[in-house]
Amino acid sequence: MGAAIEVTGLVKDFGRTRALDGLDLTVEVGEVHGFLGPNGSGKTTTLRILLGLVRADAGALRLLGGDPWTEAVDLHRRLAYVPGDVALWPNLTGGETIDLLGRLRGGLDRVRRDELVERFHLDPTRKGRAYSKGNRQKVALVAALASDAELLLLDEPTSGLDPLMESEFRACVAAERSRGRTVLLSSHILGEVEAVCDRVTIIREGRTVETGALAELRHLARTRLEAELADRPPPGLAALDGVQELEIDGTSVRCQVEPGGMDAVLRELATVGVRTLTCAPPSLEELFLGYYGAGDAGDAGD
Amino acid sequence: MPVTELAGTGALVRLGLRRDRLLIPVWIAVFVVSAASSAGATADLYPTTASRVAAADSINRSPALVGLYGRIYDPSSLGAVSIIKLGGFGALMVALLSIVAVVRHTRRDEESGRLELLGATAVGRLAPLGAALVVAAVMNLALGAATATGLRAAGLPLDGSLAFGAAWAGVGLAFAAVAAVCAQLTVSARSSIGLASAVLGIVYAVRAMGDAAGANGPRWLSWLSPIGWAQQFRPYAGNRWWVLGITLAFTALVVAAAGMLAAGRDLGGGVLPERAGPARAPSGLRSPEALALRLQRGVLAAWLVGFAALGLLLGSIASSVGDMLTSPAARDFIRTLGGEQGLIDAFLAVELTFAGIFAAAYGIQAASRLRSEEAALRAEPLLAAPVGRLRWAGGHVGVALLGTALLLVTAGLTAGVARAAVTGDAGQAVRLVGAAAAQLPAVWVLVAVTLLLFGWTPRLTVGAWAALVTFILIGEVGPLLDVGQWLLDLSPFSHVPRLPGGEFSAVPLLVLTLVAGALGALGLWGVRRRDLT
Repeated sequence: MGAAIEVTGLVKDFGRTRALDGLDLTVEVGEVHGFLGPNGSGKTTTLRILLGLVRADAGALRLLGGDPWTEAVDLHRRLAYVPGDVALWPNLTGGETIDLLGRLRGGLDRVRRDELVERFHLDPTRKGRAYSKGNRQKVALVAALASDAELLLLDEPTSGLDPLMESEFRACVAAERSRGRTVLLSSHILGEVEAVCDRVTIIREGRTVETGALAELRHLARTRLEAELADRPPPGLAALDGVQELEIDGTSVRCQVEPGGMDAVLRELATVGVRTLTCAPPSLEELFLGYYGAGDAGDAGD
Repeated sequence: MPVTELAGTGALVRLGLRRDRLLIPVWIAVFVVSAASSAGATADLYPTTASRVAAADSINRSPALVGLYGRIYDPSSLGAVSIIKLGGFGALMVALLSIVAVVRHTRRDEESGRLELLGATAVGRLAPLGAALVVAAVMNLALGAATATGLRAAGLPLDGSLAFGAAWAGVGLAFAAVAAVCAQLTVSARSSIGLASAVLGIVYAVRAMGDAAGANGPRWLSWLSPIGWAQQFRPYAGNRWWVLGITLAFTALVVAAAGMLAAGRDLGGGVLPERAGPARAPSGLRSPEALALRLQRGVLAAWLVGFAALGLLLGSIASSVGDMLTSPAARDFIRTLGGEQGLIDAFLAVELTFAGIFAAAYGIQAASRLRSEEAALRAEPLLAAPVGRLRWAGGHVGVALLGTALLLVTAGLTAGVARAAVTGDAGQAVRLVGAAAAQLPAVWVLVAVTLLLFGWTPRLTVGAWAALVTFILIGEVGPLLDVGQWLLDLSPFSHVPRLPGGEFSAVPLLVLTLVAGALGALGLWGVRRRDLT
């Protein structure tokens, strides 16, 4: 059996706007895959194509070994989906909606359903129109997680949840992975992807810019280095290959080092003596900025 | 109430007028053109006073037509004869336009959360309601002025034209106020429109009963209805301007009531509190069809009550149709129609055509649910589950097809039972159920048109209403304008045999059913192949 999701060269136009422009995405069976991109980069469109709601204009795609457009109904028995913008029927209660969606997928585990309702502090007796955005999202999440699907497609599932519920969500995703399920998690919240994903695909303007394991991606990027020296920094530091955004304030040094330049930087610093040294791998925020070209990492984050 | 409650109304009025900058002028144009062309056609049709008096008398003598449209108060006046359909049925349409406009700017915005965005700005609590009413007032005043101008241009006297324009505007204002109250009572726009339309249907029926009543009957009933007031205004037949005062006083009172209701409730809530529901779904809720029925059953139940009442009303009015015809001339008139039974049948056949039009309105509404579900993103979770598009669409279309059948059979049955109670002939019930059911193939054509539009041009699904209005105009105004037969044949309702009493023919019904089937299949094909938006 191949990958759970295999997409190559996906193209989709809406009128004159090109939403997807040759997107590639591969999700292996059993992994939690992060699908990252800024707003409007084509994440939701990709998911809607994978669900057979929208037809691709060009490109090859396989979902669980089948064609998402022609075999939609059969494939949907094996997956569960949480939309980014959850809309509920205004006069059905949350509990009724969860049961309905579960039964349509071929039945749901009652014990597990009740457990999840409890876990996410969801009141299942309220009508759809009375729920807040976060609570609507919880209804969709409980319906998806209580099902026995092989594949979970989650579109920014935590954008309305509070931090407490977000950590419940992360724990749930980890549990799903240990049960052998495949998860595609679309997000622009990098901390979440860092916390739960094995591999990520980063897209921009409908095109894949990077894909791989988090460890490999970090490898591609710079390391943030902060050091307190015994004396004033050596003058040769600024001239070294791979040193960026160097800031010197008395005896303290702050800079970013490209992967190949670390040896030389450390040797140079050691010539004057090092009191403290902090090296941190770049966060996904920094990776993101590298790809999306905000330019000055100094303004980012914090 | 404090002025701050209305802060920001001006800005909201401008926003409302901007959002409706196309809709309002188009509707006004439709009304003005119908009014002016109807006046012009009447002048051509009855060039002499004698011919007008004869035509007016034949309408006034028929309780069926008087019930349907109203009475002609001055048979010699060209204007009074011209506006007979416009004053009754036209006023109904003006009221409907007002209802839709007010709910669109109040409860629909509130339901969608757009009002929340505005409510957080420096906008008073009552400003959205006030702005919606101002927009409706502007629309109705423009409609009245344009209609008066159009009628004057068609050659009718100025004072009567002004009176008629004012009468239409008055009906519009009164129902803008009624809609404003309904928008406070219910939490969904759909049920607000439904409630206000039910009020409209009731006051139209009350007027019909009052107008059709004999000299000793309850004629005062006409004075309990805003539609009745518009007709008692008597444009071109006395121009009783003081009646407009009743309409305006009623409007002011109802607007005040709406304001009080709005001031006392939460954003998003209704006057009736929201109760908690079951934590688990009933065991029957396990298929897309069951969901479609669940979503539509409340509205269908309300329509069923309305149709049952309509049938009872028609059945009981029909029996009294012959009562007031005492003069020898009238007796002759009846004989040419085939005796009293013939007169009653002719009355019921006309009224059942209208039941068919109302049923088509329900069918369009029920089938359009597909579009509103899609647009509100509620189709997505279903179609992401193992539910095919055809099954999803089939659920709602099924409700539309079976619901319209249920409505017509109900109206036929209650009318038949009311007739049977009077005549002691139980066969009347069977006869009238059959006559009502004969409307069904034409009704289904409109359901199929809705599905066709939804399948290929989802954003234009609302165009099904335009099709219905066109068919009504073809049926009502077409014969008056002496248009070609081909145009009359465009409307599915033209092909329905006139039952009861007329000659039954299965062929047109079969053809209509086939047309509905073909259009529906084409629509479903579109649903299968297009992107979901």
